[in-house]
Amino acid sequence: MKSKFAIFALLTFVLLSWGLYQALVGAPTEATMGQVQRIFYYHVPNAWVMELCFPLNFLASIIYLVNRKAAIDAFAVATAEVGVVFCTVVLLTGPIWARPVWGIWWTWDARLTSTLVLWLIYVGYLMLRKLSTGGPNPVLAASFAIFGCIDAVFVFMAIRWFRTQHPKPVFAGGADSGIDPRMMHAFLINLLAFTCYGALLVWIRYSLERTRQKVDEAHAMKSLLHQEARSSR
Amino acid sequence: MSVLSVLRITLAKDLRMEWRSKDAINSMLFFALLVVVIFSFSFDLTADESRQIAGGLIWVALLFAAVVALNQTWARELRNQVLDAYRVSPAPAESLFLAKTIGNFLFVAILELLMTPLFIVFYNLRSIGPVYQLILASVLGNWALVVNGTFFGAMSIRTRSREVLLPLILFPISIPALLAMVGATTSTLTGEGSAHLSLVFLAVYDVVFTLLGLFLFETVLQAE
Amino acid sequence: MIPSSENQVPAVALEQVSKLYGRFAALRMLSGEFAAGRLYLILGENGAGKSTLLRVIAGLIHPSHGKLAILDSGDLKTVRPQLGYMAHASMLYDELSGRENLAYFAALYGIRVQATGDRAMRTVGLDPELDRRVGQYSQGMRQRLSLARAILNDPRILLLDEPFSNVDIGSARDMTRLLGSMRDSGKTIFLVTHQPALLEGVADESVYMSAGRIVERVQHRASSATLQAAEAQP
Repeated sequence: MKSKFAIFALLTFVLLSWGLYQALVGAPTEATMGQVQRIFYYHVPNAWVMELCFPLNFLASIIYLVNRKAAIDAFAVATAEVGVVFCTVVLLTGPIWARPVWGIWWTWDARLTSTLVLWLIYVGYLMLRKLSTGGPNPVLAASFAIFGCIDAVFVFMAIRWFRTQHPKPVFAGGADSGIDPRMMHAFLINLLAFTCYGALLVWIRYSLERTRQKVDEAHAMKSLLHQEARSSR
Repeated sequence: MSVLSVLRITLAKDLRMEWRSKDAINSMLFFALLVVVIFSFSFDLTADESRQIAGGLIWVALLFAAVVALNQTWARELRNQVLDAYRVSPAPAESLFLAKTIGNFLFVAILELLMTPLFIVFYNLRSIGPVYQLILASVLGNWALVVNGTFFGAMSIRTRSREVLLPLILFPISIPALLAMVGATTSTLTGEGSAHLSLVFLAVYDVVFTLLGLFLFETVLQAE
Repeated sequence: MIPSSENQVPAVALEQVSKLYGRFAALRMLSGEFAAGRLYLILGENGAGKSTLLRVIAGLIHPSHGKLAILDSGDLKTVRPQLGYMAHASMLYDELSGRENLAYFAALYGIRVQATGDRAMRTVGLDPELDRRVGQYSQGMRQRLSLARAILNDPRILLLDEPFSNVDIGSARDMTRLLGSMRDSGKTIFLVTHQPALLEGVADESVYMSAGRIVERVQHRASSATLQAAEAQP
């Protein structure tokens, strides 16, 4: 387990470094957007990891409600927290790119708005977990996660349908019209690197939560077996 | 013992208690009134402008006010641990969920009825589109707010932070419904565009979340 | 009075039942059988796990480990109609009258007859006609009504958490007499109290708890099953 983790962490580190080199040096500078376009090599892979994390959290929540295994709950916490972190990065890197290119930090276009709402829902989820410690925490959190994920579907539809009156930013040039293969190369490496990075973080967070659960369990077992520990005081 | 009979008697009990104390209705009404007044102080609007934004204001005011009522109805069950009496009984959990939701629906409906004239006066409103759409939007929108609100109210009341948590988890989840309510209301008031898509969206939203709530409520009620 | 076969099945059977709250163990591996038709006193200092044990039997708390069977059934949902639970809090609506309260709680058990609630109120010595909200009841009256609520559905197992706290001595004696006669009619009663003296002569067995364990069980009267067995052999 430990050696596997070390190998995976090393691999992630190498991929991230290589990705960084490709993004900054390997890929050519975009003609119209300039250097700032390079943020895409981070922005999009981060969004991708986020989009992986939230459905995993949804699945883990359903499974938890069925079998009530602490390990599944630990996985749900890990995916939600990592998802929120990556979502935050997406929300921060977006405006950095938008300001020079669109001339504005923020616009209420469909993708931005739905990402923001998604972020709000999952921060709500983390708040629920935080504010209900010691109580019926995991069951409530899992129920809320199911509501949240189904709600996300409605969010995407609602924003697409009801917020169309807002100006759609015009893409300068158009990234989809013939991408330089070196750009594609840099992008794919970063996509892979960040997926590994996300998985690594989930792994770390999961083992941390599992350790916490096991420490609690051990303490509880100890207090179960040694009654004198408390009653003598 | 059927789901419906327990539902009916629970709803009757809640309405009777509310009729005696009027806690939820009074605090909700006053809260909504405050929001309307503060909004109209904050913006200085012409009739056209207010028609554009009134839909948003009405629903935001209702959402805030509904939270007050939602917390009250569950706080009542927690006093003297009465909820435990329900939990040890063989009565179906779904009845409690539906009774509370219908009760809250009625409270918010009364609020809507009383707020509408207020809005018309304060914001000089006159609907250009058909009025039946407004009625539909208020019914479907109301249900969308209270069905999730009742469910999350039962959740938040069981946590350490009690009332604080409800808006934190209810507002993000209600955003799509809110967009549809505002969309339907605004397009009816201004007469621009069709409200049909929003209304259908709301109806689907209501059905999906009512079923989801019914499905998960026992889990949440019996969680400890 | 009741068929002895019914008495063979223990009212409550615990097998290594534990309840953990995070790092804290509220109940530690409780085991034991509790025969039906007896009145058990559960005694011990604060925090010994007495209330937790009652809530586990009532199905309000799920044990973290171990098994629990009530009336020979492991599925606590099916035995809910057979349970009556009276908590430390009143579990009543202050805004409703006594009669309205009981009518509502009876309906949760599918009982829609007004007479049931009225009978329960008279049993505990309250006047059903009293048109006063529970919020204006005295503490003693509230405790009586709370007991009436617990016995509404004519449960086979009655769980009472400190029914005599803040009750005057006269009311407490009335309630004790009532509990004794209910035990005699075949009900199993678990009673958590700090005033065991009140139940002297009524209780069948004292169960002492400490730090989440049952440390001692003292029989005051032999169980009816053993009595019958003794009578059968001259």
